[in-house]
Amino acid sequence: MMLSLAAALALNTAVISLNSQCPPSFELTPQNQCLLVTRYDHYDSLHNKGVGGTKTALPKGRDGFSPQQIDLGRYLFFDPLLSANHKQACASCHQPSHGFSDGKALSTGSNGDIGTRSAPGLWNVGFLKKLFWDGRADSLEQQALIPLFAPHEMANTAEQVLADLASSALYPELFRQAFPLSTELDLSQVATALAAFQSSLISLNSKYDHYAHGYQQALNDQEIKGLNVFRSFVARCAECHTPPLFTNQQLAVIGTPEPEGMTFDPGAGNSPELSKLRGGFKVPSLRNVGRTAPYMHSGRFATLEEAAEFYSKGRGHAVPKGEKLLLHWHIWEPKLSPEEIQQLAVFLNTLTDESLMPVVPAQLPSGLPLPAELTTPHDHKGSTE
Amino acid sequence: MNKSTLTLIALVPLAYFAGYYLTSTATVAPVYTAEVSYSGSTSASGNGKKSVLNSMPTGTVHAVKDGQLIMDAVKAAQPGDVIQVWPGNYTETVYIDKDNIRLSGVIVEGKRPRLFGDGHLNDAILYSGNNIVIENFLITKYKGNGIMGQAGNNFEIRNNIIEDTGVYGIFPQLGENGIVEHNVVSGIEDAAIYVGMSDHIHVANNEVFDSVAGIEIENSRHAIVENNFVHNNTGGILAFVTPGLPIKDTVDVIIRNNWISNNNTKNFGAEGSMVAGIPAGTGILIMAADKVIIEDNLILGNKTAGIIITDHQNAPNTTLDPESDPTPDQIMILNNLMYNNGYDTITEAKVLLTTELKQGNPDILRVGGSNNSCINNPQQYISAGVGDWPACGFSNTDTIVNYLLDEPAAPRSVAVEDKGKYAYLGICTGCHAYTGRLIGPPVQVIQSLYMDDPKALADYIANPIKKREDYPAMPKQDYLDAETRKAVAEYMLSVKN
Ligand code: HEC
Ligand code: HEC
Ligand code: HEC
Repeated sequence: MMLSLAAALALNTAVISLNSQCPPSFELTPQNQCLLVTRYDHYDSLHNKGVGGTKTALPKGRDGFSPQQIDLGRYLFFDPLLSANHKQACASCHQPSHGFSDGKALSTGSNGDIGTRSAPGLWNVGFLKKLFWDGRADSLEQQALIPLFAPHEMANTAEQVLADLASSALYPELFRQAFPLSTELDLSQVATALAAFQSSLISLNSKYDHYAHGYQQALNDQEIKGLNVFRSFVARCAECHTPPLFTNQQLAVIGTPEPEGMTFDPGAGNSPELSKLRGGFKVPSLRNVGRTAPYMHSGRFATLEEAAEFYSKGRGHAVPKGEKLLLHWHIWEPKLSPEEIQQLAVFLNTLTDESLMPVVPAQLPSGLPLPAELTTPHDHKGSTE
Repeated sequence: MNKSTLTLIALVPLAYFAGYYLTSTATVAPVYTAEVSYSGSTSASGNGKKSVLNSMPTGTVHAVKDGQLIMDAVKAAQPGDVIQVWPGNYTETVYIDKDNIRLSGVIVEGKRPRLFGDGHLNDAILYSGNNIVIENFLITKYKGNGIMGQAGNNFEIRNNIIEDTGVYGIFPQLGENGIVEHNVVSGIEDAAIYVGMSDHIHVANNEVFDSVAGIEIENSRHAIVENNFVHNNTGGILAFVTPGLPIKDTVDVIIRNNWISNNNTKNFGAEGSMVAGIPAGTGILIMAADKVIIEDNLILGNKTAGIIITDHQNAPNTTLDPESDPTPDQIMILNNLMYNNGYDTITEAKVLLTTELKQGNPDILRVGGSNNSCINNPQQYISAGVGDWPACGFSNTDTIVNYLLDEPAAPRSVAVEDKGKYAYLGICTGCHAYTGRLIGPPVQVIQSLYMDDPKALADYIANPIKKREDYPAMPKQDYLDAETRKAVAEYMLSVKN
C-alpha cells in the first residue's frame, strides 16, 4: 500500500468517479440497482426463512442499492474522516484481513478506550435481520450510526461528520453521484452508503458451498466427518448455526464465559422484563469464521477448537455463581471426543471464501491516509487499487 | 426399553449369520412396483396407501451386503437409484446429500439390516436431499437420532424399527410433504417421532413407546397424526410451539384415531429440554399450537390427564420470543374415548378442578389463555378450563384424508440458462469484469476469443492452463458439473455489460 506524492497531488485535482458497475455477484438492472444473484437462487426454503440443509435458499438479503452508493460506502468504510480525531475508520475494527473483524478479543476505540465486546466479522451481514451481539439493531442503516457516535468507538458527532464531509474536496461530488435526487448531504445518506457497501460483502463460494451444490469431492474425509458432527443431533451445531448462512438468526442463551475480571454481560436480557433472555446473544453466522478469531461476544476463545469444546464441557459450566440463566435446550452434554472437536474445527475452516474481497481504496477522498491498522503488512489477499 | 428383543439379537449365534449368508444368494431380491389394490370395493378407503413421490425408482439398484459399507453405495448412487441393504450389521453414519434416493432394507425371513451405533456413533441416517425413502431398517444404539432429515422434501420413512437410540427416533426437520408410517420406535430420551418446523406431514400407523414423548409436532403446519399406538411414554402426543425457533407457529394439526394409553413413564428427558417439563401421565399435550383437532382417540390410563392444553406462560423452560404467539387458539375437541385418566394427577390440576367446584380424575385440563376453541359433548369428560367452550359445529374430519401436497414439492434445479447466470454472477464476476482487468482478463476479450465455441470455454474452465504471463493462473472450476459449465460458458459469451 503506497500513497505516492504524485498520486496524492493528482487526487486533489482529479475528480474520482464512482464505479458504475455492480460488485461481483450483483446484477445491474435498468433502474441502476444492484440485485444479488447467487447459486443458492436455485433453491427455496420453508416459509422463505433461509434455513435448512445443503440445498436451501438464503434468507432475503439487502440489495437494490446503486453501484455508486455501494462504491461511496466503500470509501466511507475505509475513511478515518468519520471519526472525531480522524484516526479510526469502520475498517479499523472491521479489517478485510480478519474477515472484517479486528483480531482482538475486545475492540479499541479511536481514543484508545477498550470496549466490552468483540468486533464481529461482516461477511454476509446483509442477510442478517438483527445486528449486534444482542440483536439490538434491526437494519444496517440504523446500526451504522451507532459506532460513529459511540464515545468508546469513533466518538464523533453528527455535526462534525457532516461538516467534515461537506468541507472535503471530493465527498460532496461523490454524494451527488450516489444520491442524484438529493440536494443536500445528510446523515441518512452516510448510513445508506455504508449499508450498501456492507451488503456487498458476499461469501458463498467456499469448499462447503461446492459440496452443498453437489460436488462431493469438495470436502475430504476429515471435513465430511466434521460436517456430520456439526449437523449431528449430538453436537447440534446446525440447529442454531443453520445452513446456508450458518445462523438461524435467533437469540440464544448458551452461557459463554467472559474474560477474567470482566463483569457478566447480560446480552439481550438487559432488563427485568427480559430476564428470560439474560445472557442471550444472537447466533452468529459462521461463514469465514476461520478468519475472525478470537471468538464469542467477548472474544474469550482464541481458537475454533476452544470454541467448539465449550459446547462439550457441560451445560452451564461457565455460568458465574449466582447467575440464573435459562439456558437454551440445545445446550447439553454431547460428550464430543477430542477427534470430533478437531473435526469440527477442520469443517469450520471449509466455510472460508474471500473470493469476492472488495478492493481497499488506495487513496481516500478525504485525502487522509488509510488507518495504520490497514497498512501494516499482513497476509490478506485483498488488493488495492 | 424392550429388553427381550435386544437379548434375543445378542444371542443369535454367529453361525446363524454365516449360514444365512450361504443361503442368501438364493433369496430373490424384492421388486419395486406400483401399489395395486384388491379390486372389489368401489369406494376409496381412508386407509389408502399414501405416497409423496410420483414415480417408482428408475435407476440402478446397488446391493449392499453384510460387511460392506452403505455409504459406499450412497457415494456411487445417482438420483433415481435404489440402495438395497441386505440383512447384516452396519456400524456407520449414512448421510444422503443427493436427491431421489431410496434407501431400502431387505427383510429376509424376519431379519432386517441393522444399523448399529455401538453407543458412540452420532446419528444413524442423515438426509438433506429431496425425494428420499428410508425403509425396513432396524436402528439401535446411536447417540443422536435414528433418522434425521434436514430440509429434504417429499420423504417417506416407513417400516423401520428404532430402539434405544439417543435423542429422537425419527426427526424430519425443515421439510415439506412427508410421510412417517409403520415404524416402531422405543426407548428414546426425547421424542420417538418428532416433526420439527415442517409442513404437510402425515404420521400414521406407528407404535411409539418407552420414550419421553411419543409423537411431537413442533412449529409445523398441516400435519395429521392418526392411527398410532402411543403407550408407556411420559407424554403421548404433543403439538407444540417452541419459542426461539426461526419458524414461529404450529397450525392445522389433526390428531385422530390414535390409541394413547398408559403414558406414565417417569420423565427421563435431558435437563433443560422442552420435554423435561412434561408431567408423567400426559396423554396429549397442546402448547401454544393453533387449529388443533382432537378426534376419536382412545385415551386411556394416563395418570395426570388425558389432554392438557397450555400457553407458554404456564409451561416451564420456554424462552421469550415476541414473534411467537404464546396462546393455543382454536383447539377443537371432538368425540374421544377417555377412560381412567388423571387418577394420580398433579397438585395444580386438583387446584384447577377445585376452582370449578369439581372433583375426580381429570380427563382434560386447560391452563392459560385460549381463544375460539370448542368441544363436543363436554359432559362426558371430567375437565377444567373448557367449561365455557361452545360446541364445535362439526363432528368429524372425514373429508380431510391427509394434508399432503397433491403434487410433490418442486424439484430444486431450475432452467439451465439460470444455472449459467447464477454461476456467472456468483463466481466468475469475482475475477472477470465485462471491460477492464480484474484478476482475470475482461469478458469482452474472452468473448472475442471464444465467440462461437462455448464448448471450448466450458472445457477450459474445468482445467485451465496458464495462458498469460502477466496474469495469475485461473483456478479450476471443476466443482461445477458439466451442464453448469456449459451453461456458464454460454452465459459468459452472451453478456453485454
Ligand atoms: C472501535 C471498533 C469499531 C469501530 C470503529 C466500528 N465497529 Fe462495528 N462493531 C464493533 C463491535 C465491538 C461490534 C459489536 C458490538 C455489539 O454487539 O454490541 C460491532 C458491530 C458491528 C455490526 C454488527 C454486525 C453483526 O453481525 O451484528 C456492524 C454491521 C458494524 N459493526 C458496522 C460498522 C460500521 C459501518 C462502522 C463504521 C461506521 C463500524 N462498525 C465501526 C466495533 C467497531
Ligand atoms: C443453542 C444454539 C447454539 C448451538 C447449539 C451452538 N451454538 Fe455456537 N453460538 C451460539 C451463540 C448464541 C453464539 C454467540 C455466543 C456468545 O457470543 O456468547 C455462538 C457462537 C459460536 C462461535 C463463535 C463465533 C464468533 O464469530 O465468535 C462458534 C465458533 C460456534 N458458536 C460454534 C459452534 C459449534 C461448533 C457448535 C456445535 C458444537 C455450536 N456452535 C452450537 C449458539 C449456538
Ligand atoms: C479466482 C479468479 C477467477 C475466477 C473465479 C474465474 N476466473 Fe477465469 N480467469 C482468471 C485468470 C487469472 C485468467 C487468466 C489465466 C491465464 O491467462 O493464464 C482467467 C481466464 C479465463 C478465460 C480465458 C481463457 C483463455 O483461453 O484465454 C476464460 C474463458 C475464463 N477465465 C472463464 C471463466 C469462467 C466462465 C469463470 C466462472 C465459472 C471464471 N473464469 C472464473 C481468473 C478467474
